Amino acid sequence: MTLRQVTVPLFALILFGVFWEWLVWVNDWPNYKMASPSDLWPAFWKFRWLFLEYGWETLWRTVVGLLLSVVFGTLLGMVMGLSKTMRDALYPLLVGFNAIPKATVVPIIALMFVGQHDMNTILIAFLISFFPIAVSVSIGLSTLEPEYRDILASLGASKFTIFWKIALPKTLPEFFGALKVAVTLAFIGTNLMEIVEPHGRGLGHLFDSGKISADYPLMFAVLIALALMGIVLYYVVVALEKVFAGWAERDPT
Amino acid sequence: MTNLIEIKGVRHAYRTVSGPLPVLDGLELTVPEGGFAAVVGPSGCGKSTLTRLIAGLMKPDEGEVWLHGERVKGPKSTVGMAFQNPVLLEWRSILQNVMLPLEIVDTGMSRKAREDRARHLLDLVGLTGFEDKRPSELSGGMRQRASLCRSIVHKPEVLILDEPFGALDAFTREDLWQTMHKVKAEEPFTGVLITHDLRESIFLADQVIVLSGRPAKTQYIMDVHLSGARDIEMLYTPESAEALNVLRHQIRIAQGRDAA
Repeated sequence: MTLRQVTVPLFALILFGVFWEWLVWVNDWPNYKMASPSDLWPAFWKFRWLFLEYGWETLWRTVVGLLLSVVFGTLLGMVMGLSKTMRDALYPLLVGFNAIPKATVVPIIALMFVGQHDMNTILIAFLISFFPIAVSVSIGLSTLEPEYRDILASLGASKFTIFWKIALPKTLPEFFGALKVAVTLAFIGTNLMEIVEPHGRGLGHLFDSGKISADYPLMFAVLIALALMGIVLYYVVVALEKVFAGWAERDPT
Repeated sequence: MTNLIEIKGVRHAYRTVSGPLPVLDGLELTVPEGGFAAVVGPSGCGKSTLTRLIAGLMKPDEGEVWLHGERVKGPKSTVGMAFQNPVLLEWRSILQNVMLPLEIVDTGMSRKAREDRARHLLDLVGLTGFEDKRPSELSGGMRQRASLCRSIVHKPEVLILDEPFGALDAFTREDLWQTMHKVKAEEPFTGVLITHDLRESIFLADQVIVLSGRPAKTQYIMDVHLSGARDIEMLYTPESAEALNVLRHQIRIAQGRDAA
């Protein structure tokens, strides 16, 4: 990573903050309409311990939900990618399920497992984020050119060997593309549940508290905290992608 | 000399929604050990189906395919294949790509010996210095050379080449023809080459088989005895011109444009 790769996005971030501050100042908006960046620091400082505690809650629930998505999504994608019958059978079901707005599923899950905050939250994060992973893995596997299969199949290699040595690594770039989408989706899922559940804890709950007590800077501060966590997790995925699928990146020529 | 590849009375039809589509109908092909047969014919006449039959990747509806006196029932590690698309694995270096078949076929070679063999083959086709490059860093011709190395690294008895030079420009193609001769001299194999290029067929093979249009049967067999050293000049002798004329006429018959 060069200095330029750090300074350019950092500069853009500062510019954005300044513009935001200016916009609030020039329009003379009260902070219940739009909090300015300068209002956020006091809110962060006042609730710094809650931010740490709840931020951690939100983070680990999201990550566990995401891990479940990766395992389940990959398995489902494999089943659909390797068998045309399963693909035909499962696609409509999967698309239908994905079309249901997850906000409507949240109260159902909350009632179904009332009081199980951790499980509920993880469940929603998982339900909302496994779809892109399953679809991308299945497409990656089903679009494998027959020649790729034949170079090993003609040597008598087993189906598993072909999958392990060719199909799986060839699908990795698509998989990581989907994982980037899944990361942000999982955050949405976690927060939906945390906002809806009473005593749910997590940043979503902090946001809800801000709403109830009309503490608008706090609500904005939660949004910023979520954005920061989203960025961090996204770049963790980018780093993993570099390690496992860096070969797919071509040097610009 | 024994016959290494024997195909007798093969018939095959693909099942499609609009009924069976016959592609091969009475195909005969015999290649002696160490021989190199080129198969030419009109587009879509079932040439690629033929390669899959020899490789044991599919079974014919009727007829027999024999390799080295054994009936082909499934894929065997004594076969090597190369296609028009070099299908190199982008996440492996060129050297690792060439070594891929050695991870599947048990040759009893040590890791060091396997690597040495791959390096030797890359050297033979002129890819020294590119061992650690990624496939995307190589030109089309170089990728095809690497693909050729991979198809023979496990010392197959039979090498099946399905239009391996079809997507290359004319100059690169002629370079690769000469590389083919060099490889064949050092790494003996029995070969079947599917091609659309008649000049390629007489330059590389010692036997040219013309298939009829779909459903394909063996229409004509030409033994190639071109005298002299195998260089490109050889394609411009009166002898070659005559052979090419005969083949061109046979292809036109197969296409149904000339009377037999």
